[in-house]
Formats: sequence, structure tokens, C-alpha cells
Amino acid sequence: MKFDRPATKNPIDRLAVVGHPVDRIDGPLKTTGTARYAYEHHDAVARPAYGYVLGAGIAKGSIHSMDLAAAKAAPGVLAIVTADNAGPLGKGDKNTATLLGGPTIEHYHQAIALVVAETFEQARWAARRIRVDYGPVDGTFDLARAKESASKPASGKPDTAVGEFGNAFAAAPVQLDATYTTPDQSHAMMEPHASTALWDGDTLVIWTSNQMVAWGVADVAKTLGIPKEKVHLMSPFIGGGFGGKLFVRADAVLAALGARAAKRPVKVALPRPLMFNNTTHRPATIQRIRIGATREGRITAIAHESWSGDLPGGKPETAVDQTRLLYAGANRMTAMRLAVLDLAEANAMRAPGEAPGMMALEIAIDEMAEKLGIDPVQFRIANDTQVDPEHPERPFSKRRLVDCLAIGAEKFGWKARNPHPAGTRDGRWLVGFGVAAAFRNNLVTRSGARVRLGKDGVVTVETDMTDIGTGSYTIIAQTAAEMMGVPLHRVVVRLGDSDYPVSSGSGGQWGGNSSTAGVYAACTKLREAVATKLGLPPDADFADGRVRAGSRDVAVADAARNGELVAEDHMEYGDLDKRYQQSTFGAHFVEVRVDAATGETRVKRMLAVCAAGRILNPKTARSQVIGAMTMGVGAALSEHLVVDRYAGFFVNHDLAGYEVPVHADIPHLDVVFLDETDPMSSPMKAKGVAELGICGVAAAIANAIHHATGVRVRDYPVTLDKLIDRLPLLAREEES
Amino acid sequence: MHAIVGTSDACIAAHPSDMAVAMRVLDAEVETMRADGSTRRIALADLHRLPGATPHLETTLDAGELITAVVLPSPPGGTHVYRKVRDRASYAFALVSVALVRQADGSGRVALGGVAPKPWRDEDAEKALSSDPHVVIDRLLKDARTSPDNAFKTVLARRTLDAAIAEARIVR
Repeated sequence: MKFDRPATKNPIDRLAVVGHPVDRIDGPLKTTGTARYAYEHHDAVARPAYGYVLGAGIAKGSIHSMDLAAAKAAPGVLAIVTADNAGPLGKGDKNTATLLGGPTIEHYHQAIALVVAETFEQARWAARRIRVDYGPVDGTFDLARAKESASKPASGKPDTAVGEFGNAFAAAPVQLDATYTTPDQSHAMMEPHASTALWDGDTLVIWTSNQMVAWGVADVAKTLGIPKEKVHLMSPFIGGGFGGKLFVRADAVLAALGARAAKRPVKVALPRPLMFNNTTHRPATIQRIRIGATREGRITAIAHESWSGDLPGGKPETAVDQTRLLYAGANRMTAMRLAVLDLAEANAMRAPGEAPGMMALEIAIDEMAEKLGIDPVQFRIANDTQVDPEHPERPFSKRRLVDCLAIGAEKFGWKARNPHPAGTRDGRWLVGFGVAAAFRNNLVTRSGARVRLGKDGVVTVETDMTDIGTGSYTIIAQTAAEMMGVPLHRVVVRLGDSDYPVSSGSGGQWGGNSSTAGVYAACTKLREAVATKLGLPPDADFADGRVRAGSRDVAVADAARNGELVAEDHMEYGDLDKRYQQSTFGAHFVEVRVDAATGETRVKRMLAVCAAGRILNPKTARSQVIGAMTMGVGAALSEHLVVDRYAGFFVNHDLAGYEVPVHADIPHLDVVFLDETDPMSSPMKAKGVAELGICGVAAAIANAIHHATGVRVRDYPVTLDKLIDRLPLLAREEES
Repeated sequence: MHAIVGTSDACIAAHPSDMAVAMRVLDAEVETMRADGSTRRIALADLHRLPGATPHLETTLDAGELITAVVLPSPPGGTHVYRKVRDRASYAFALVSVALVRQADGSGRVALGGVAPKPWRDEDAEKALSSDPHVVIDRLLKDARTSPDNAFKTVLARRTLDAAIAEARIVR
């Protein structure tokens, strides 16, 4: 099915099942511990051996020699895989560095060996007996120092320009020119990267924790040099990914190689301390933003430049993306530059581009509003645009940023905000309100599904779509139930298996809308098959387990009485996303309390108002948004991979040193979804929401800290050491 | 975040405990037992070592010697405050902590955590507590060796002591 015209009324609009806040259908499996994750397929895999990954101890250089003798002689060891003995290996299209290093080392903790043993402890013990003689060479690890050497990326759209930014900025009566930095960040998902692999003849059977099944098949095949048809990859449950599991990682490739070498099924999980330097991360950025405006607060010029780094052949963090679209302004420019850094591979993390971009832009907007003496909510509303500002002939498909800001301000009680920073005190606390816009583009991508109507009337959906905790199982079941007119409990959903039709996968907040649209396409075909079988017209009505047309009223299950009906299709897209800019919008409101003595920031309350098309399931969507807001709190206040600029690695590579928010950091979070549909996005009229929730959060908190303290911090995270020198003097009360 | 006093060229690690800081200000002792069954008492002040050139030796315990009890003397009276400062609200070591015992006349005791390789207290310096608390901090941190990353701890220690004193006044 091709989606190339705006959606009109369709069976989803009935909203008998879709749009309801139903519980996750896979919830009981998770709460009872019976959902099997990649490391847990004990039922299917007899006597697995355990693999332990050894990471490189240098950041750049080569391995002169590896002495495996002691490790081989250690108890229980079955095999040791190194680049020396693994045979020729390719590199996946989605990988920047190779997944098994040696003799060349591209980054610290790049995998250089896998020890396979009878037990995990034996494998770990033996891995520590491997002696490696390295030849280190100097590398580049500091973005600030590498900035001058950064160059224009070869691919993508690094630069844009409209009008005459330079002249317009120079002529603007009110100007802002400020530089912001965001640090390297780690996904730090709950479940580590993990895989279980076995060889069935020349076919690799692998369970791995991966967001994109088809990408995974392709890159495993390419890395191992085997046909894609010889890879059966399964990823039915994933304990969080956030972009860190978009791509096949060392655990999958090494489990496959280990299983081949040991002639046994092999399980590999990356130990937590290895994950931060072995896998991918969101790269640090340096961002310069210039804004020129009239005294009345109309933006006349806006420029956003961003610098980031990656290994050779890598990509930039597209931190200027939102600035091309978010605010009006006739004269504008954006530019991205990429430096070569010898840290681990930089790549996507929840809302790549917009998440760090909005961290900078939405402080800049706050600063500009302050310079102008205009309320920051009003300043944003005044500079709204309903068209792509770089291409004014392209309207937004739907854009309700102004509603989000206005409704949010009302609900939050924004008008109680003291216009003067550092002006509100509650006992020991300095109190501040902050606001930021939320913005994230909506991506639509081809997605397929197969749908079966069984003799018992049960509808079964099969697609290689993944559920990374987002609720895919549930919204896909809701979609199929709505389309086939059956109750939710009569739908079975099977996901994450490369035997199933290729889906959108989970990433870039494209999965919810795209994968359900694919199910819509397959169900449309199944409805036709059912109607044909029953001798009913193609426009028959499916509801309440019945198919009705004219005076005919038949149970849907009757169509499968003589055998299961199967339909398969995919949704693909025309040019509606070219003709219309499709984005999602929101507004974040935050109240923080900053300890007047110590500078400790505690978030008191948060509100997000989101406009993201039809919300397929308000409960799972809310979970996505509050999870993203929580991640935004981490970005604002604590998350920071600290680079050892001499040895070239992330120092705080565990969950004690890399501080994500804990429960005590997160207050009650309010989420409001505006009631809207976007007929340009898909027949579901939905858009992504999972990444919208993080975009802008950190800036709203940084702005609230400024409002509380009067201190403007432009370098994330906003930790107390950046405030303490500039906090108001403490009143030294006399002894009472 | 590393220590700023009591460090050496071999080690700048900060002692991360909260309990030991509070025990230090309360003049606690530990009871120990050696492998041969013999026992002794060690004052908290003497339990932890500074790193010097032997950073691998963190305490004065012998090999095989276990702490079997913590002994607290009679309560010193006054108001007791333990103020721990950290960016994350929980599950984080102190950037700076202050253990304060404050008597009604403003005198008292102070130990700092997060600034040194052991709980940091100076019984002589804390005599200034009633007249000028900042003098106590200045003397505790007078030999501070800071880097740009942890220089904030000197300011933070002062402000945290101020906050602890204010809290003690309210509690009282």
C-alpha cells in the first residue's frame, strides 16, 4: 500500500480500541520475569557456553602481540577468538569502527578477544590472563582542541543559508552571540548489549538485543561474510536501547564467532564497565548561536553552528536541525563541522540532533527574551512560523507549538512567575521557573507486516518490528483489533524475528506510527480477503467480531472456517513528507529549587504539553514522555562522560560514576497530549512522541536554574560547581 | 571528585564514607580482632592513613585484622547535624559533607567529608567555631591543593558549614 495522499476517514477513526489507554499486553510477561531477553533463551539453547569480551587497554595504536597461553590453560576454557584467528571479517554498513579490533586499535575498550568457557566466571578469569603488548600512538580526544581542525562533513546537509544573515545580524538592534557546550553522554539502558548464538549447519541463529532486526541481519551477514539468508536473528524483548542498540555490536558478532570456534551455543553480554567505551555514545558538541531581533521581539536573523567529533568515517551530531525549522526569521544560516576524535564511536542517542541542539537553542531563546524584556513564553509565540522558514512554500503538516506553550503556561501557573531572576525564595531554597519549546521531526519509513485470521477467529500479527519498552506490542495489537473489528484479547502479536516481514524497526521516534501503518496495510488486505471469502463487498464494516454489509451480518471467524487466511503487505510513502514539513511539538515547564547555600538543584515539578498527532495509546505514550523527561533531567543536571584527555577514554564508565537520575531526583511529572490528528503522516494520523519528550527538557531546567539564581550556565550539565561561586551571599543571621 | 587536602603525588582519592565522618566528630573508636584472637581499640582519628607514598595502605589495620565493633563515648550534647552535598539527590558520594556538633553557646565540633583521603577534623581549629566558623574551614583547608575541577570545594565547604550551623539553630 502506498500512502501518497492525505488520509481520509478510515477504520482507525472508529477509535474503539486505538486511542485508549490500555495496559501493555506484554506487561504480565515482564512483571513475572517470563519475557525472555537475549541472554535468557534457556528454553531454546541447551548447554550454552559463556563468552567474556576483552577490551583494548589503549585508545589508538596497534597490538604487537597477544600471549594467550595462560588463558588457554585456564580451567574450563573452550576457545579464544581474536582478530588473528577469526578469519577474514567485514565491517557492517552501520558500524564506524570494526567490532573486533586487532592488530589496529581504533578506540579504548574496542573488543580484541572473546574467551569462551564453561562458565561466566571461568571466561572472565581466563580473559584476565591474556597478556597484550600494545604499540600505542598519540590520538586526539579533546573536542575543544580539535575544533579548529574540524571540516565540513562529506555527506548530509551540513550548511544552509537563507537571506543575508551577516548584514541582518549586524543591523539588529538587539543581539545575542553565545556559545554552549553539551558533553558526551551514554545511553545507559538497563539491559546491557547481549546475544546468544548457535550454528545450525551453516545458518547462524542469534538472539540479540537490537532495535533494528533487518539492519542487524545485514550487518551480521556482512561482518561474517555469509549470505543474509543464513542469518536468523531474533530480538523479541529489549530492555531499553535509546539508539545504543540500533546497530549490531561486538556481543552479537563475537557470540557468533565464539559459537563457531567452540562448536557450542555461546552467550555474550557486555559487562557494564565495558559498555561506555566499547559501544556508541552521544557525542559532545560546541554550539555557537547568534540571534538578532527588533526591540519589539521579532527575530530578524538567526544562526546556529555546531562542532562535534567522531572516528574517521563517522558523522556529525546534527545539532542545528531544529534551528532550521523552529522559529521565524528572514535571515538565517546553519553549519555543522566534524572533527576527528579517537574516542569510541559517536552515534545516535534518543533524539540525535534535536536533543543536544535544543539544549543550546532553548537557552539562547531564553537569554534573548531576557535581553528584550519579554516573557520567554511570549517571545516564542511571537516568533512562531507555520511554514518551513528555509522553504516558505512548504507548510508544516500540523504545527501547534503556540497551543502547547499557551495551554502549558495556563496549566502550570506561569503567570505567577516573578519576572526578576533570583527574586523568589522559599526558606533555604531559591525558586525558579523555566520554559522551553519541544521539537522533534517526524520520520515515516516503509514497514511491513503479515496478518493471519485463524479458524478460531484469533488475529495474529507478525512483523520484525521491535518493542524496546515503548509499547509496540500493544499499539500493534490495538491497530489490528481496530482494523479487524475484534476485541484486543483476540489479537496475538509476534515481533522481532527476521522470519517476519521487514518493518520500520524502532528508532528516531518513527516506529510507532510507521509500524502500525504497516499493520494497517496488511489488515486492509486481510479485510479484502475476508470480505471476498464471505461474498461481501469490499467496503463491508468490521466491528464487534462481525462483518456487516447491507442486511448481511457474519462472524469474522467464519471466513477462516475452512482454513486460515493470511495477508501480507507494507506501507510505503509518497512525497507528502517532502511537500509538508512533518514535525512534533511541545512545551516543557519546570520549577526548580536551588539550595541557596550549596547550589544543589532539585526539580520540584515538570509539565510537558505535546502535540504529536493521534496518540495511539495515552498510557504507553505518557510512559515514553515521562521517561524522556527523566532523561532530560539527567542531561540537565548530571550526565557527563568525562574524557581522559591524555589516555583517551571515558573515565566514569559505570553507573556509579555516570550519574543518571534516580527516583529521588524525579518529582511528579505531568503530561498533556493535545487532541489532534495529522492526516499527512499516515492512515494512523499519528506521529512519533518518544523522542519529543526529551527535546527541550534540559534547557527548561537550565533556564529555571537561571531564574532561581540569576546565574547563567552555558555548559552542561548544570552542576553545583558551576553555580557556587556566583550564588548570592548567605545571610549570616545573628544568634537568636 | 577528588580530595583537596591530605593528598600526595601518589594519590588524590577522597575518602567516600559518610559514617566515618560522623564517627570522627563523635570521637568514636573501633574495636578490632586480629587473626590470633587478640583485640585492640583504635580511635577513628588513627584508623585511616593519609596516602603519602603508600596509597595502597588506607588504614592502620594489620593484615587479617577485622573491625568487630564501633564504640561511641557518651553523647557530647548540643545539636547534631550531618549535611551531605551532592548533585544527584541520592546514590552519590558527597562532594562535601559536614558533620557538626553545635552547643548552645556556638562552640562545637566539625568534621569534613569529601575533601580528604580520611575524615577531616582539627580539634584545635574548631575552637574558632563560636567566633568565626569560616576560620575553622580556612584552617582545615589551609594546605589545600586544588585543580580547576575541584577548586569549588573550598567555597562549598564554607557555605555548607554555614548551612549546617543555620540548620542547627533551627533544630535547636
